[in-house]
Amino acid sequence: MLDPTPNGLHSGESPLLRTVGLTKRYGDFLANDSIDIDIWPNEIHALLGENGAGKSTLVKAIYGLIQPSAGEIHWQGERIVLSGPAEARSRGIGMVFQHFSLFDNLTVAENVALGLDGKESFKDMSARLELVSKTYGLPLDPRREVWQLSVGERQRIEIVRALMQDPKFLILDEPTAVLTPQEADQLFVVLERLKAEGRAILYISHKLEEVKRLCDTATILRGGQKVQTCNPRLETAASLARMMVGGEIREVKSAAGRHTTIPRLVVNDLTLAPDEAHGVRLEHISFELKGGEILGIAGVAGNGQDELFAALSGERLSKDPGTVVIEGIAAGHLSITKRRKLGAAFVPEERLGHGTAPRMKLSENALLTGHAASGMVNHGFIDTAATLKTVDKATETFDVRKAKRDPEAASLSGGNLQKFIVGREILRNPAVLVVSQPTWGVDAGAAAVIRQALLDLAASGAAVLVTSQDLDELAEIADRIAVMFHGRLSAPLTASEATREKLGLLMGGSSLEPKEAAHAVGA
Amino acid sequence: MELVEAIVLSVLAASTPLLIAATGELVTERSGVLNLGVEGMMIVGAACGFGGAWLTGSIFIGALFGIVAGTLMSLIFALMALGLAVNQVATGLALTILGVGLSGLIGAGFVGERLTPAAQLYIPGLTDIPLIGRVLFGEDAFVYFSIALIIGVWWFLYRTRAGLILRACGDNHVSAHALGYPVLRIRTFAVMFGGACAGLAGAYLPLAYTPFFIPGMTAGRGWIALALVVFASWRPGRLVVGAYLFGAVTILQLHAQGWGVGIPSQFMSALPYLATVIVLVLLSRARTGGSTAPAALGTVFVPDR
Repeated sequence: MLDPTPNGLHSGESPLLRTVGLTKRYGDFLANDSIDIDIWPNEIHALLGENGAGKSTLVKAIYGLIQPSAGEIHWQGERIVLSGPAEARSRGIGMVFQHFSLFDNLTVAENVALGLDGKESFKDMSARLELVSKTYGLPLDPRREVWQLSVGERQRIEIVRALMQDPKFLILDEPTAVLTPQEADQLFVVLERLKAEGRAILYISHKLEEVKRLCDTATILRGGQKVQTCNPRLETAASLARMMVGGEIREVKSAAGRHTTIPRLVVNDLTLAPDEAHGVRLEHISFELKGGEILGIAGVAGNGQDELFAALSGERLSKDPGTVVIEGIAAGHLSITKRRKLGAAFVPEERLGHGTAPRMKLSENALLTGHAASGMVNHGFIDTAATLKTVDKATETFDVRKAKRDPEAASLSGGNLQKFIVGREILRNPAVLVVSQPTWGVDAGAAAVIRQALLDLAASGAAVLVTSQDLDELAEIADRIAVMFHGRLSAPLTASEATREKLGLLMGGSSLEPKEAAHAVGA
Repeated sequence: MELVEAIVLSVLAASTPLLIAATGELVTERSGVLNLGVEGMMIVGAACGFGGAWLTGSIFIGALFGIVAGTLMSLIFALMALGLAVNQVATGLALTILGVGLSGLIGAGFVGERLTPAAQLYIPGLTDIPLIGRVLFGEDAFVYFSIALIIGVWWFLYRTRAGLILRACGDNHVSAHALGYPVLRIRTFAVMFGGACAGLAGAYLPLAYTPFFIPGMTAGRGWIALALVVFASWRPGRLVVGAYLFGAVTILQLHAQGWGVGIPSQFMSALPYLATVIVLVLLSRARTGGSTAPAALGTVFVPDR
């Protein structure tokens, strides 16, 4: 069953794009180690691998953004050396970036123009933009500035921009990471259509089920090397994951015997005006979280999750103390430090700059959140031994990999830093843990460690609130899942009720039943 | 009437170096680079401009000397801040300190010398029209050039593809790089344009404004030009308004003293900066989203390869 390389299907012709022994070296580090990959027309080809496996480096080389150290790129049977993305585009290679390459303060039309070669007038280009966006069902208003648009709309700009060059080959870097399931489905329709038009697509994703559903071929990278090319439809998600990780991923297990007792975190009718010009207003948010329980909050980014986190952590205070109750004590008006003293701990979404001070050592970062409640300060002086001990303990317990004992936070990889941050908070034995996007941008191995840690913490009797855009993650660890939309929180569904369809509807702003909508208005 | 005409003429003359220098800095900042060395580039432009004109007897060659000197100064900045990715604020301040010292050295031999100032336009009939004749048709070439320059810059930024790319670099250099634009090269040209303008603005002072060179004769005009760019919220149209407003304030300050108006001159000198602070506050209050300043302004960019 393994290795049904599709080359056999295309015998006689040459592939659209082929890399031969493609290698990219950064100093001593081999980001890509002689990678061979064939891309055929009418094919959606998945590129799989953990963070740091070399996917981004490979596509950057194919798109001409970086020059390979060795190896060749063949385009339609002919060897090419790309001078830059402009040449790649002119040959028919298009790319949709994971972190959008958009300009917030320019209009949609200007953004699209910047991605084209500029041979047609701005007016003609705008007209063609409307035509392409209509043809593929990707509606866009060319005159709006990007900062006004939603994430889904921003991605549409990227896709339309790529399509306007009529590419033969389109690279998409984790396109569904920021989309609701319904938006993702719409994207798949577009991709299927592009494939049917004879184009080739290289599709980078972490979501294995999605790859199995959409892709005809999959190439798996690990540690800069190609592991295998296979047909994802003949594989299971588990077997693909095994190839990516090079071993079994630790299965996340919830411990039995959770004790659901008194509520440890209660939010009562929390309403909070935004403090920024384009923030989201929190509207009548209420929920109750008991010890031993994990509540998941799903939703498309920018629907008030950040504001809710700030209100819970004490970064924003509420005039009414009763809106946030921690361990039975009204805490809506209390500062972050006072809330920590009540037994709460917080892990924000942004690792560098919010969760840690990037240029400070781990021990100093441990002190920053632990000074109030963890005995690291002695008569106003820092107990360096205690801060280092916290670092060591987090390192050991959560398998944080780093170059030296106490490096700067910014020098750790995303996954290891996240393990450290989560570990730092969990080691304080919090009664309540509020964590936002715990595994965003973290590789599968580290994600499993973090999820397990959250489950273990809940099993020990703490209340855990997890905000995540990853529905699979929530399904894996949460007991109940609620959805945020436009600053409102839906009633939580139990994990068994919370199907992708239901959550997707809620994430798009629809209510599940008319009855519930009426109820919400009445409330 | 005579007095009004004289005031308008002197306002135009005082505003022109501000307008030229600020136009250059506007382009530099629109590309995402904050060059605080305008004062330094201006004063070196003034010294070299005077020297060039004094040696050759040609105002035009003097202006060219000023432009070249300002450009060379800006290249030092580009080398440090773009090539070596040094902090832009520190580099710009250092450039000003360097410029003030360097201009004293260059200009030491010229102190006390006099030039025939730049000729003013004279069209028989038109220039003789009372009140507006001299204002519209009796200026020196620098004044007309400064207006052409800002119109040209507006057209470049908003009507050409190159201008769009320059604005894109200033908004998000990572995206611009990802799309394949040579961010550092574009910024280097923008910095050089800013330097050329600052050099010309500096040369205007000894070539047309006061026909001799004294050390430190820019007297903070470079800083006013920097404030002006912020005041104009990085828009060419508002820059023109701001330049004449700030020029008017400096002239008003002199006349106010002459008339014995009881406003301290220090307050009048501080007005441009005060106005800039107020405009910044108003802009940020009125803002609904997005950003007024170029989003990448002053940030270091090192491309990965």
